[in-house]
Amino acid sequence: MTTTTAPHHADAPTAEHVHDAHDAHEQSFFTKYLWSTDHKVIGFQYMITGLLMAIIGGYMAYGFRMQLAWPGEWIPGVGFLSSGRYNAFITTHGTVMIFWFAMPVLIAAFGNWLIPLMTGCDDMAFPRINRLSYQVFLISAVVLIGSFFVDGGAFGGAWTAYPPLSSKATMNLTPLGSTLWVVAVALEFVAFLLGGINFITTAMNARAPGMSMMNIPIVVWMIVVASILFMVSVGPLVAGAAMLVFDQQLGTHFFDPGQGGDPILWQHLFWFFGHPEVYVVLLPAMGICAEIITCNARKKFFGYKTLIYTVFATGIISFFVWAHHQFVAGIDPRMANVFTITTLIISIPIAEMLFLFIATLAGGQIRLNVPMLWALSFVAEFLLGGVTGIFLGASGSDIYFHDTYFVIAHFHYTFVPIAVIACFAGFTHWIPKMTGRMMNETIGKLHFWFTIIGFNLVFLPLFITGAWGDHRRIYNYDHFPDLTNAAMQDLRIASTVGLLIMIAAQGFFVWNLLWTWLKGPPAGDNPWQATTLEWATTSPPGHGNFHPMPTVYRGPYEYSVPGAAADFTPQHLPPA
Amino acid sequence: MISHAVDQVSTFAKDIDVLILLICGLVGFWFFVAEGVLFFLVFKYRAKEGGKAAYIDGTDPKHTRFISWPHRLILLCDVVIVVAAVRVWVEVKQTMPTPDQTVRVVSQQWSWSFQHPGPDNKLDTADDIKTLDELHVVAGQTVQFELVSQDVIHSFSVPVFRLKQDAIPGRVIKGWFKTTQTGSYDIQCAEICGIGHGAMVGTIVIEQPERYAEWVAGHAPVAALATPAPK
Repeated sequence: MTTTTAPHHADAPTAEHVHDAHDAHEQSFFTKYLWSTDHKVIGFQYMITGLLMAIIGGYMAYGFRMQLAWPGEWIPGVGFLSSGRYNAFITTHGTVMIFWFAMPVLIAAFGNWLIPLMTGCDDMAFPRINRLSYQVFLISAVVLIGSFFVDGGAFGGAWTAYPPLSSKATMNLTPLGSTLWVVAVALEFVAFLLGGINFITTAMNARAPGMSMMNIPIVVWMIVVASILFMVSVGPLVAGAAMLVFDQQLGTHFFDPGQGGDPILWQHLFWFFGHPEVYVVLLPAMGICAEIITCNARKKFFGYKTLIYTVFATGIISFFVWAHHQFVAGIDPRMANVFTITTLIISIPIAEMLFLFIATLAGGQIRLNVPMLWALSFVAEFLLGGVTGIFLGASGSDIYFHDTYFVIAHFHYTFVPIAVIACFAGFTHWIPKMTGRMMNETIGKLHFWFTIIGFNLVFLPLFITGAWGDHRRIYNYDHFPDLTNAAMQDLRIASTVGLLIMIAAQGFFVWNLLWTWLKGPPAGDNPWQATTLEWATTSPPGHGNFHPMPTVYRGPYEYSVPGAAADFTPQHLPPA
Repeated sequence: MISHAVDQVSTFAKDIDVLILLICGLVGFWFFVAEGVLFFLVFKYRAKEGGKAAYIDGTDPKHTRFISWPHRLILLCDVVIVVAAVRVWVEVKQTMPTPDQTVRVVSQQWSWSFQHPGPDNKLDTADDIKTLDELHVVAGQTVQFELVSQDVIHSFSVPVFRLKQDAIPGRVIKGWFKTTQTGSYDIQCAEICGIGHGAMVGTIVIEQPERYAEWVAGHAPVAALATPAPK
């Protein structure tokens, strides 16, 4: 919604009032918290739903890692994991973590919270579409959870859902679960298409006066580009999902080779989306860390324009790498050479982005508070994820590493920084703004260290077990003589112990949330002395966000300007 | 490296391992440089009482050269890796040396079955030997395989060969390997294929010609009576 010049009403209740979009009086609990069009409420809804779904995804990981460490043993809270149930657990873990945790928190929660506030406007361009997007998202989550309770249980064909396994109930043995899975994912796509409309339109059209394109904070750019990538890439997969449901339920044969179809068609439709998708989640995570790093280094971001152009380049190239997931899938082997080249090329802009983050630190006055610890560890951990991707993007070595735990370790060294580390960076940095309370630094540091130690203990051993031959999606390696030895089993157990530490560490976060709620000191408007517009209003912002609406006079990262009295010059401060 | 834990039993296993080592060296270098610079800067520029940060916007070539030069070097490393990877890929996936023997590898939910050419060394003749779970080949020979699936996507994976190829229903996908030593090793299915995927194991048995001949002789009469595999 564009800035309005209509007068705002104070929040004091009056008998008579003009109905405008900012009217906070007479809102019932239902309207205010469950049926709201306010971007801040919708942001919380996405955040809470995403965190609850993350618990489900984490529970799945707990279940299958316990099975792998102590095969065949009864698992507390889970029971026995048969091979079929194991497959449902790994499928649900991957599907939930990407679609119902990473995307809702990084894009929809932070996007909803940050875009209007950082661009200086009062809400999203289309508040009712915003509300609808969350409602569709919630339904998609319910559909996915529902798939566990139908006859045959939840789908177990992995998040990649390759047909014919996924299209034939006689093969997957989950006749209803496999369709509900596809429907849930498709609904989630609809929710994010609706949300994307808002993120892009608001950022492009609703900015405060003075906020030119090159004055937009990095995280807003990142969420906008991520939304564009998502919207452009998802169409083919929506088509593929429709074809898959038709094959499952209506007797069509899109992916049935015996009847003129081709299973590899699904793979192309899936991965054409699947690869840009990883950048859809990477970009917002990097944006969050960029905001935190520059604020806590008290130093202007190094190479803002370079970063933006590099992000565009990454986004474009991301559409040309997808078949590195299919090197040994039965595609023409000559195509593998093309995709090796494009895949290795994309490592260059990504390395550049990480170098810009690191360069921002040089000459800074670095505050190692909890958000900064998370943001710096994002860079440190993602570097390992990035370099290990080279082994997989190079076709010759991917022959060996494909479908091994090396792949799993690689993508968790990208996904955990994205979905866990960057999220906690964002929470600890912006919860003071969202709630008006400061969090506890000591509990925050305990949370940070135990999560990081646990995380690395889960996945470093898996590079080794993968390199030594452990293939993916296997519920019990006892069937494989070459993989059954004490050294490998010790590594699998170490990985599970790491996960238990990582899960237990989240208790610190819950404790911190409680502490913040019960005892957190008031945050004030700008506890971090940051420059971007969200810190120019109250914590939390009132309905309508800014009273009065701000005007922007400079870029978003004017820290330590020579000659300025303070070590930060906010965007909305009029020039002296 | 990998060969300390997983034998190299095919001629191209060594080439793949060398490629992996090359990538290790190159990306390892950049990884440690980047991490080193990151930790160094965090330490050197941590906040000090009364300290002031520099005002650098990242457009001055004096500063950007610290990024542009690594950038160009990384591009060079990528070119080296691409060339090395393509050479290995072409060797394994785009060449088909004349085989000493052709076998059919059949994947189905949830086992591996194999069709050996039998004494006449021709596939799809009456003396073919069909087995469940075990593939027998002669050490030192070049074997061409025809990979098929009876139902869903599976993947023929032999870690000691460093070999992997997905099996797609409706297609016959060909590949090759040449073994370098005898032994019995795991065959894995490397594409999730249903609830039995985790138990889908096979064994490749690589034997000297005499032992292989004994095996053929022991199986041939049975094979002559064997009915085709179901489905």
